[in-house]
Parts: sequence; C-alpha cells; structure tokens
Amino acid sequence: MSSPARESILSNIRAALGRPAEPDPTDDAGAAEPARSPVAPVIPAIAHGTHAELVARFITNAEAAAATVSRCAPGDVGDAVAQYLAGIGLPLRAMVPPDPRLDGLDRDSRFTLDRRAAPTADDTVGIAHALAGIAETGTILMASGPASPATLNVLPETHIVVLRASDIVGGLEDGWSRLRHAHPDGLPRTVHMITGPSRTGDIEQTLQLGAHGPRQLHVVLVDDGADGQGA
Amino acid sequence: MHVTSREFGSNARAAVADANLRQSLATMKTGFRARRAEAVAALPEFEALRDAGKAIKDHTLTHLDHYLERFEAKVTESGGHVHWAGDAEAACRTVIGICRAHGARLVTKGKSMVTEEIGLNAALEKNDIDSVETDLGEYIIQLRKEQPSHIIAPAIHVRKAEVADLFREHHLEFDAGRPLDEPRALLDEARTVLRERFLSADVGITGANMLVAETGSAVIVTNEGNADLTQLLPRVHVVVASIDKVVPALDDAATILRLLARSATGQVMSTYTTLATGPRRADDADGPEHFHVVLVDNGRSRLLGSPFQDVLRCIRCAACINHCPIYGAVGGHAYGSVYPGPIGSVLTPALSSVEEAGSLPNASTLCGRCEAVCPMKIPLPRMLRQWREEEVDRNLTPESARQALGLWAFAARRPAVYRFGTAMAGRLLRLMAGRRGRVRRLPFAGAWTRVRDLPAPEPGGSFMSRYKSGKEQ
Repeated sequence: MSSPARESILSNIRAALGRPAEPDPTDDAGAAEPARSPVAPVIPAIAHGTHAELVARFITNAEAAAATVSRCAPGDVGDAVAQYLAGIGLPLRAMVPPDPRLDGLDRDSRFTLDRRAAPTADDTVGIAHALAGIAETGTILMASGPASPATLNVLPETHIVVLRASDIVGGLEDGWSRLRHAHPDGLPRTVHMITGPSRTGDIEQTLQLGAHGPRQLHVVLVDDGADGQGA
Repeated sequence: MHVTSREFGSNARAAVADANLRQSLATMKTGFRARRAEAVAALPEFEALRDAGKAIKDHTLTHLDHYLERFEAKVTESGGHVHWAGDAEAACRTVIGICRAHGARLVTKGKSMVTEEIGLNAALEKNDIDSVETDLGEYIIQLRKEQPSHIIAPAIHVRKAEVADLFREHHLEFDAGRPLDEPRALLDEARTVLRERFLSADVGITGANMLVAETGSAVIVTNEGNADLTQLLPRVHVVVASIDKVVPALDDAATILRLLARSATGQVMSTYTTLATGPRRADDADGPEHFHVVLVDNGRSRLLGSPFQDVLRCIRCAACINHCPIYGAVGGHAYGSVYPGPIGSVLTPALSSVEEAGSLPNASTLCGRCEAVCPMKIPLPRMLRQWREEEVDRNLTPESARQALGLWAFAARRPAVYRFGTAMAGRLLRLMAGRRGRVRRLPFAGAWTRVRDLPAPEPGGSFMSRYKSGKEQ
C-alpha cells in the first residue's frame, strides 16, 4: 500500500518529529515501538463492585439512558418479552436472527417469529442477544456475526435485547476483554456499544427519543446466577 | 478549506443584532453547559481522566507515523483499504474515485467535520453523485445550503418554525396542510424521508471519532444511529478521518470515550459507539462488502513540532465552543470557518493561514474558560496569543493599531511623558463628558463607543498623582 501521498505524509510527520524521513531498515528500533500507550487507564470507581452491585448499577444507568429493563429467570425469557410487547401495545411478533441463544422463543407458541439472517426495513420488532453489559455506563455490547446481524441493532423501531446477568461486567475495559475472549482472531466487523434508544437534540436542543434508530430499547436481563453460564 | 474569516467583524455585528440567533444560543446555558457540569461533578475521576487523555494523545502524536502504519496494517489485514490524502482536493478525489469504482449515484453521510473541512459534498455534487446528510442537524443545514454553525449541533442556529418551513418547501410528497409545530413531528418526517435514502444508497460515508491502531477499527459515536444505518446498509463504507484521530489501543479509546460524551452533551455515553473493522466477513449476515479509510492530512503534519501541536489532541467535543462568551454572542457562522469558537480560532489559521483567518484569534477575551473545560487540556488561550504574535510579526495588524501601540509603547517607556499624557487625557475626557459624566462618542474609538458610553474618569487626578499628594500631606 505504497503511494506518493503516503510517503510524503509519513516523511512530513517524521521530519516534524525530528526523525529520519525513512525508518532505517537495519535499525531494530521500529520493532521496539510501543503497541499501546504507556498511560495507565483511569478506571472510575463506578466500574468496580461486587457482581450484584454491578448488575444494579447496569440497570440504573441503562434506565437513566431511557432504556427499560425487566428481569427474569432463565426459562422465562418468552414471558418477559411477551409482557413487554403487550405492555406497549404491540402484537407478539418479532424478527429473530438464527442465534441459538434465542431458540427458546421458538417453543413459545404465543409468538409469531420471523427467523431470518438479517432484518428488513419492514421488521418493526427485533430481538437480539447481547455479548455483554457494561455497568459503568448501562451499555449493551453487541458483536456482529453470522447469527447476529448488526442492522438489527438500528433498523427496527423496537429493539429487545436479551442479556445474561453473568455477562454484566464493570467497566469499558472489561467489555473489551469480553470481546477479545469471544473473538480471539480479531474484532468482528461491527461492535455496537448501545446506551439507550436513539435520540437527537438537533431541533432547538429539545431531546427527542427515536431518531433514526430504535424508538425504544428493552433489555431482558436473565438471572442466570452471578458466576454461572447457565441460560 | 473555504474560509471567509476576514469578514468576522461585520458578521459579528449582524449576528448580535439577530434576535432569533440570540434565542438559539441562549439554549446552550441550560443545555450543554449545565449538563456537562452535572456529568463532570458525578465522576470524581474526571480530572485524572483529563490528564490520562492528554498523555495518551501526546504519546500518540510523538509516535504518529508508527501508529498510522500500524492502523493501516490492521485495516488491510481485516480486508479493508487505506488511502492517504495530503490535502482536501486529494481526499475528495479519492472518495469520488471509490464512488465511481462502485458506480455510486447516491451516497448517505454521517456527520463528519473533516468532510465539511475538505468540502466533500460540493465535490460529490460536481461529479453528479447525490450526497445526503443523515444527521438531523446536518440534513437541515444541507437543505438550507449552509455550513454547520456548531461542531456537534450543526443547526443550533435554526428555530423549529424555520425547520418546518424548510421541510414544507423540500418534502413535497407530504400533505401540504400537515402540522409541523412540534419537534417530534419534524423528526418523524425527517426519519421517514431519510429511511428511504438509507435503504437505497450505494455508498455510506462517515467520519471517525477515533481510529484504533491495535485493531484497525474506526470508532464512530452518534446519538441518532444515523451513522450506523449509513455504514451498514450500502455495499461500501468509506471512513474519512484526519491523521490526528488515531489512538494506540482499545484501552486508550476507553479513556477518551469517558471524556468525550460528558464534555460534549453531558451524557455518560452517547447512544451508539460503533467499532467498524473491515468489510463484512464471508459468513456475516449483513454489513458492507467493502471498507475504505481515507486518511487526511490537510495541514496537520506541519503542526507537529510547532507551537500548535497541542491542538491535534482535540476530540471535537465542542466544550470550548459551548463555554465561549464570544461564540455565545455571535454564533458559529460569524467565524467564516467550519470550525467556530476557540478551537476554530486556533485551528482555522493553522489549516488555512493567519492572513486569511487572523481576525479569529482576536475574537477572544482570553477569559480561559475554553482551556478550563477542555477534556484534552489544550492551552487554547496560549495559542490564541501565539497567533496574535504571529500576526504582529508578519505586519498583518491594521496600520492604525500598530501606530497606536507604538505611541503607547513610546510613552510607557517614559514615565514623565506617560503621567503627563494620562493627566491631560483625563481632563480632556471629563471636559468631553460634560455634566452627564459619560462620553457618547470618542474620536479614534468609534467602534467602542458606537454601542456604549465611556464613563469619564473621576476628578482628582490619576492614582499615581493622588498617591503622591497623599504622601506629601
């Protein structure tokens, strides 16, 4: 990927920094260049706590960002989703990607589920499974893949996310750890960190929920036991 | 970069007389400023985060070549392409080349200041590529054919009634009698119109808040979700980002994310923080098939090692703009640059020239609020003074100002002359003020007295003369 523009920009940078224009290939110094900044992350106290505290903080922060949260036992995800949809006056119909973690909904005869790889603009309700929840900010972490379409996070008007309590972590860095652990070969194409439903303040600085993305974000928090992977 | 900053004086006079604008700008106090203060107060670690954020950026800038190459290698590894553009024209040409290669007719865009800086929309239009801004504020100003007046709230100067008129004029597919009095109705209409564009676009162009060298990801932060629909629905995602956006690793990005939303809107996190890494994978359910990153220099590399290097730490949160008394009085358009406020007054002369934009560093009271709220601790007042010095060094200040300063310097070095001069001036001013005790019009200071009276000095002489006579008693 060598181009005159590239060489000229890099050599301008090196000249401005008082370094030789071309890194000396016999010089090993390049290899010793840092992989990351030597600055220690400042992790706020709100990113720390017992797991129960982190779960409580996740709920508080997600709700502060105008998401709604309901908690349920591992077997009751269908009930929680049904209750939520009925509560906002919507039929029990949703687009659900082929994520095996959501297979339980198939067995629930109350629902009409469209199980498709990716949503279309006509899908008004989408259900997805989160990779993690971040207590510090009330954020859900979504990783794209064959069974988890990234467009599902932004196309439907109503976005329902299933999150296991055991997947709630403290801070942003813990979220990155979850990502690296789940995707050791590099990040998936799209990682969404979502904090509440979409919004805008662009008209007279008046906050309006439901801009281009979902108008409502509901988190179904599955109490699978603090350290378990049970659900 | 299209700069009309020479007209700052006349622009500012027109702006302060604009009642609509004053009403719009007043919302900043209860909006951005109050919410930032609340968010900062709620996080005891905020000061430590500012220090860490500054240190991360300083480190990155001193190894900028290394991290850019690392970023490039990672993007390539994940199946994307990196393009380098030395200036605005090269950047536009690169983007147009990508659009042409994919036969693009319609492009959707996420909000991006660097694409404003390089004039990308105009360049696309000239090449018959239809480009639609999708951030609501950007969409409004695109329809109005204006530049943004604020870097995170581009349409802050527009009242909702004006938006309603604008939508009636442009959205002819809707019933002419529809009610558009509420922000909700305006938003819903824009959502409907833009949905259709998102779905039919061939290429999606976004900026980036950060580029992560560790992973080759572009980090894009929005509240509306528009940048996500922009990058995920079309076949091609193009990221246009300036070279100062790179950070070493995800952990560094976390520190900056903690500062960004709090400083900008007072949110703990913006709604969507999206990491885009390469094109869709072979078995992915969706996402763009092609991923391009255009790295834009456009004058930044020459700031390294200069007195203005620190400005490259900027994360475009707009805290300095929201807290600037000058911006608060005149708004963004008066600056004649896509970057207004304190950051714009430092950045605009750096990216264009002090000849073109020298009036901007003078549009400051040097009160220091900008530096006090800057999450990256950029010494904006010092750099504003630095530009003023360069202006003087290059003889760019008006002849009258130089003569007046020369006269003052002559007197200031000669205490007897100075005391005599001030005593005479005091007497003269009292004479001119007459019984009202106020000078309505002062020769050579007409600009100052046009909008206010000058109170006459108290009788009894200057402090020095009174001090002296007190001692003699």
